[in-house]
Amino acid sequence: MRLRQGQFSFLPDLSDDDIRTQAQYAIDNGWAVSVEYTDDPHPRNTYWEMWGHPMFDNRDAAAVVYEVNECRKEHGGKYIRVLAFDATHGWESVRMSFIVNRPKEEPGFRVVRQEAPGRVIRYSVESYAVREPEGHRYG
Amino acid sequence: MTESATYTDEIAETSDDPVEARPSSIDLASTFEESGVPEILRELDETMIGLAPVKRRLRETAALLLVDKARREMGLATDTPTLHMSFTGNPGTGKTTVALKMAGLLHRLGYVRKGHLVTVTRDDLVGQYIGHTAPKTKEVLKKAMGGVLFIDEAYYLYRPENERDYGQEAIEILLQVMENNRDDLVVILAGYEDRMDRFFESNPGFRSRIAHHIDFPDYGDTELLQISETMLAEQNYRFDAEAKALMAKYIELRRKQPHFANARSIRNALDRARLRQANRLFSHATVPVTADDLATILADDLRASRVFTMGVPDSARESSTEENKE
Repeated sequence: MRLRQGQFSFLPDLSDDDIRTQAQYAIDNGWAVSVEYTDDPHPRNTYWEMWGHPMFDNRDAAAVVYEVNECRKEHGGKYIRVLAFDATHGWESVRMSFIVNRPKEEPGFRVVRQEAPGRVIRYSVESYAVREPEGHRYG
Repeated sequence: MTESATYTDEIAETSDDPVEARPSSIDLASTFEESGVPEILRELDETMIGLAPVKRRLRETAALLLVDKARREMGLATDTPTLHMSFTGNPGTGKTTVALKMAGLLHRLGYVRKGHLVTVTRDDLVGQYIGHTAPKTKEVLKKAMGGVLFIDEAYYLYRPENERDYGQEAIEILLQVMENNRDDLVVILAGYEDRMDRFFESNPGFRSRIAHHIDFPDYGDTELLQISETMLAEQNYRFDAEAKALMAKYIELRRKQPHFANARSIRNALDRARLRQANRLFSHATVPVTADDLATILADDLRASRVFTMGVPDSARESSTEENKE
């Protein structure tokens, strides 16, 4: 099951050139671009591991593509995303977020049913991948 | 990435009609005009005095790059040319200023995307402990991407007397990025000629990756005098006739003394002359001063300089560390 999170997730995988174009758009808007990775793709897992610092004073998106490729070398089998953070007053939040790298096989999510008192059923989702310990989840 | 790019290029060549995609002729003169390069060259001619060989090299480089661009449009060349350069010359000969112009030039010609100049020295690249250098160097390189990285006094990166020096690590990363990210950034190394030569000898990797060596000659006496007048004019000052003659004498004497840094020595001398002028005006403040008085540097303001009385020149103490400041 293909993970659909963030922007462009219903499109085919972005090429390096696409990433560059998008990142350049963010930089031109004055947003700080950063790269993050994770092997726990739960939709509520908002805080992924940071790959280096956010790139506050880079003027060209080539640096972002460079970092994405560096991150791929180390964490090629995990999810990698690019974020653009807008620090302007009133926004102070992430303006862009898109996945740029995904594992070869994405096992998807299962529904977990929990019985609560009074015949209440609580539902949640869990990735099949996270049943393995960290670092062993995607091949 | 580059591999896949050339691969798709080849496909395009065989499947599409190549004649249609490419112009059959290019008007070099009009492309030259349109690129905005003449503007920069003109500006360079007007704002920088002397430096004839440097200007010539710059014009040649611009022509080469323009022709190269045309060749690529016609499908005659495919590789991005190596644009890394080395600027050698004594302090105060305008290396940084020319590097700034070079960044603009490359930007106009479309060889760098942003055209900003990032000036660094050893301190910005080399870390203080194990594992500190690589991230630091990479940070600087990322900042320079899309523009020009200017490494002042590049030979300090390599310290042969200390084999554990972290400079070597910075050099390796630098070389790697210079090779792999040629499309993304242009590196300019700068420094004194003899020490740069030694640096290149001990790091053959650099020599082979640098295509353009530009040598900055020292300024002549008349050129320096002209420079001093331009510098003053920029700040709305001027010499009177006697002061101008004395300035010529000053330049001649200053050159023979240690730590002579060409235009920078002149600027320092002028700064001190302005200080003395202000003092003079202040101590004789019995009559009201006119705008003319405020703008004129008299011979007295220069004559007080220690250069004339010989001995240690005013700037001997600062000039060795001064180089990075520009």
